[in-house]
Amino acid sequence: MKFSQEHEWVTVKGDIATVGITEYAADQLGDIVYVELPEIDTEYGKMDRVGSIESVKTVSDLFTPIGGTVIEVNPAISDTTPDGDVNDDQHFEYINQDAYDKGWLFKIRMSDPKDLDDLMNKEEYDAMIKA
Amino acid sequence: MTKIIFEKTSEGRKGSAVPEKDINIAEISIDIDEEMKADKIPDLPELSELDVIRHYTELANKNICVNSHFYPLGSCTMKYNPCVNEEIASMRSFTDIHPYQVESSVSGNLEIMYLLKKYLCELTGMDDFTLQPAAGAHGEFTAMLMTKKWFELKKENRTKILIPDSAHGTNPASANMAGFEVVQIASNENGTVNLDDLEAKIDDKTACFMMTNPNTLGLFERDILKISEKIHSKGGLLYYDGANLNAILGLVRPGDAGFDFVHLNMHKTFSTPHGGGGPGAGPVGAKGKLAECLPLPKIIQKEDKTFSLMYDNPSSIGRVKAFYGNFLVLVKALAYILSMGKDEIANVAKLSVLNANYLLKKLEDIYEIPYGKSCMHEFVASADRQKNIGVTAIDICKRMLDYGFHAPTVYFPLIVHEALMIEPTETESIQTLDLYSEILHKIQEETEKNPDLLHEAPHNMPVKRLDDVTAARKPDLAYKK
Amino acid sequence: MYTPHTEQEIKQMLNTVGKDSLDDLFESVPKEIYNTHEMNLPKSYSENELKKFFRKLASENKVFESNFLGGGCYNHYIPSAVSAITSDSRFFTAYTPYQAEASQGTLQAIYEYQTYMSRLTGMDVSNASLYDGATAICEASIISIAETKRKKVMISEALHPEYAETLASYIGSENIIKVPFNENGLTDYEVLKSKLTNEIACVILQNPNFLGSIENPNKIAEAVKQNKSLLVIAINEPYSLGVIKNPRDCGADIAVGDAQSFGCSMGFGGPSLGFLTVKRNLMRKISGRLAGKTVDKDGNEGFVLTLQAREQHIRREKASSNICSNEALCALSATVHLSLIGKSGFMQTAENNLEKAHYMAKKISELDGFTLKFKSSFFNEFVISCSKETPEEIVERMASKNIGGGIPLGRFYPNMKDCLLIAVTEMNTKEDIDNFVKELSEGVKK
Repeated sequence: MKFSQEHEWVTVKGDIATVGITEYAADQLGDIVYVELPEIDTEYGKMDRVGSIESVKTVSDLFTPIGGTVIEVNPAISDTTPDGDVNDDQHFEYINQDAYDKGWLFKIRMSDPKDLDDLMNKEEYDAMIKA
Repeated sequence: MTKIIFEKTSEGRKGSAVPEKDINIAEISIDIDEEMKADKIPDLPELSELDVIRHYTELANKNICVNSHFYPLGSCTMKYNPCVNEEIASMRSFTDIHPYQVESSVSGNLEIMYLLKKYLCELTGMDDFTLQPAAGAHGEFTAMLMTKKWFELKKENRTKILIPDSAHGTNPASANMAGFEVVQIASNENGTVNLDDLEAKIDDKTACFMMTNPNTLGLFERDILKISEKIHSKGGLLYYDGANLNAILGLVRPGDAGFDFVHLNMHKTFSTPHGGGGPGAGPVGAKGKLAECLPLPKIIQKEDKTFSLMYDNPSSIGRVKAFYGNFLVLVKALAYILSMGKDEIANVAKLSVLNANYLLKKLEDIYEIPYGKSCMHEFVASADRQKNIGVTAIDICKRMLDYGFHAPTVYFPLIVHEALMIEPTETESIQTLDLYSEILHKIQEETEKNPDLLHEAPHNMPVKRLDDVTAARKPDLAYKK
Repeated sequence: MYTPHTEQEIKQMLNTVGKDSLDDLFESVPKEIYNTHEMNLPKSYSENELKKFFRKLASENKVFESNFLGGGCYNHYIPSAVSAITSDSRFFTAYTPYQAEASQGTLQAIYEYQTYMSRLTGMDVSNASLYDGATAICEASIISIAETKRKKVMISEALHPEYAETLASYIGSENIIKVPFNENGLTDYEVLKSKLTNEIACVILQNPNFLGSIENPNKIAEAVKQNKSLLVIAINEPYSLGVIKNPRDCGADIAVGDAQSFGCSMGFGGPSLGFLTVKRNLMRKISGRLAGKTVDKDGNEGFVLTLQAREQHIRREKASSNICSNEALCALSATVHLSLIGKSGFMQTAENNLEKAHYMAKKISELDGFTLKFKSSFFNEFVISCSKETPEEIVERMASKNIGGGIPLGRFYPNMKDCLLIAVTEMNTKEDIDNFVKELSEGVKK
């Protein structure tokens, strides 16, 4: 798992990166009540703003640490079901409770795996948030 | 919880009588496109008049308000709403007038609009006013449209609006809505505009600097004349957000301080009630040629001394609302200005500032006051000290409710941690302020000795602390059977 | 006035703050601008003088005995119990319900208002109100522009002209595409369809439209949907919903308008009651305040302002709307009004408007010199053309007889200088109508 300056985590399988926000970021935001996710099949550049994350009293931008095409968003968080209906069973609490697994946000097909090189490992990230 | 009104329905029960039908339908033919005919009756409840009166009286019992409680909600100027104003505005000759009646049948209304505009000009040092905007934020947006129009007319391409970091959220939102880029100006260590940052960010793309003066920290921007000179030397406009006009009403005119245009909040400075969220009114005034950009129609006095609405002016931004503004609110504002008159209008500023400073002194032993030993009409305390022992600003606010006081504005401005923004207004007495201070000291004692009392607060309200998180995660915004 | 301070108290308070005079409190204000201008205001009025002054101004207005003006502001019956509630100071002297636990009354009333508006329009979510009908269509346009990422808004020329002007101020006239109405006073759907492009964020149709004609939005709903634009239906006479299909059933994504008809006086046009309702998928895009039901820490139900992260005080320049104060007390009027008249009162009033308007239209069309301008169906408002007197002359003459004689349309549509827009509500008795018709015919005889 790798980490960005903007407090995202990234795991990679083949050319697909899965992105979420870190436990630290989720704690800082407090109880997350909504996430505006990127659009599927849309291409984003590295560090583009792709959405936002809301708690009751704040909102912060969501960036993608990796450039590429978004292929999937977390169905437990998405506004719509895979059939395009309104999703009435959203679980934003996953991000607070299980940031690194059930709380993942989106999957992106990487356009340039070199983007990964700029990310931090766990020790570097931990050091950053300590500072 | 009181049941929802829809749960109280009894099939077939009749409510208040509505006018009877008196047309013989055999005489007429009604021809409505079959496809457009309603195929169901709207699902409204069936209640008696007493059912309804009891229900809403029960709801009213759950509110606290200015008439019942001290309401020091910073930046909202919750002063007393005079009863006579309500009586005047509810006169049938004001309420039962249609906006498209022929002008000769609304002379009284036109004169009210003209007089209010004239007095607002006098109080602010502006040359003309529109009464059309329905609220402060609406006034700000109007001003941003005027800014856009002004530079279009001058054929200058200016894209940026400068806004201090202490400003209300409506300022950047209004600028953005009008298509401008927002540039934030930092505050200095005294809580006022950082002139170096202003100097660094102002350029020939700067259209306007939006200021609240005194600012949201309750501090007068003492460099205002320098700021004005700086903005004008770069060809920009200087805008006065009237949210805090109460601090200077009758003593300082924004126009004399270099402001080119202003909006005022009738529901703050001019005593009209806020109605649990509105309606307010947000007239906008401007000086000189900029006044040509004000919305239409515009109220004018003709040569024969009668009043009229003028609809024609190519420099105007056009209209920002249907009709002429929240007229019944404007009536109350005029009544207020007249009851203060030239003799007493300055007491608004003097005594609101006195009350705020008095309260500041009374509270400075318990709260950190990050910006200064004195203030204008309001001040911002910080509950940072309290937070260090586990009690937040919101805990303190909720505990105030238990003691019969409305809370201050909390967590604003954003540049102060655990902010408590306290605005007593001039209509409160020393006895109320003393009692408030006494209670806050008691709450401070509780903070130190029994913080759970605050964490669990409120205890005496109709409900305990409410769960905002569930409300936002699973929104329930309308009653369903 | 309204300040409680005695001289003695002022001294005591100055002493506490360590100042010698009230003027010393203003040391941070530059001398060049402090108290340099003598305010040219009248002397302070006593309460009695104030009432006399306003009574005199009021006497210069004319409240028409019978009123046939509409055009977005309607003269409906308001039960006395409405003002009994809205003049309760616990409602009208409260602020926006920021402290939920101390504002359950206001919050529950908003929740009930949202429920009323959702049910009447058939939509899923209503906000807590907007300024008026004109700004409501602007907010609907802004939502549509954000949702579709397109720039332009299509409106009908039969949309209230002042709403259209307001929209032009909000989004720029270059972003508005206008569709004319046909000889029946209905939006020309062929033209509308021909102008649908991938630039159109939404199509706004007022129903009944400004000319009183009942549109059939179903006829274009599919085409609008296929174009991936949103359909916005605007209503400024919501009593019509007792007679015609609600916006949901007409295919609307957003229903907006003005609900002044419900318990709000005409008040020279303000305050009125802008409303905005949307389908569930647009819930997070809605502007303005929202009250939501939740629970307290003991599990009891209660209400809060919710989804606040959409709003300007959190999102600042990224907020899609700057709205803050709305028309809460007018929303309360509407809520109490609808509760009081209930299902049967609502239907009786709707039918009453429909019948009286049709009676009046028939009577006028029987007169020599007057015709109904359009053949389309209508609810409580219709246009007549006048061949022997100008509409302006008619309304001046009616005013002198204490009748509000309608709205001359020439000021809005230069090619309709002979047209008069007439609204009829339950407030106009058959006698009022007969009297109006008689006066009309008198003018023709002259």
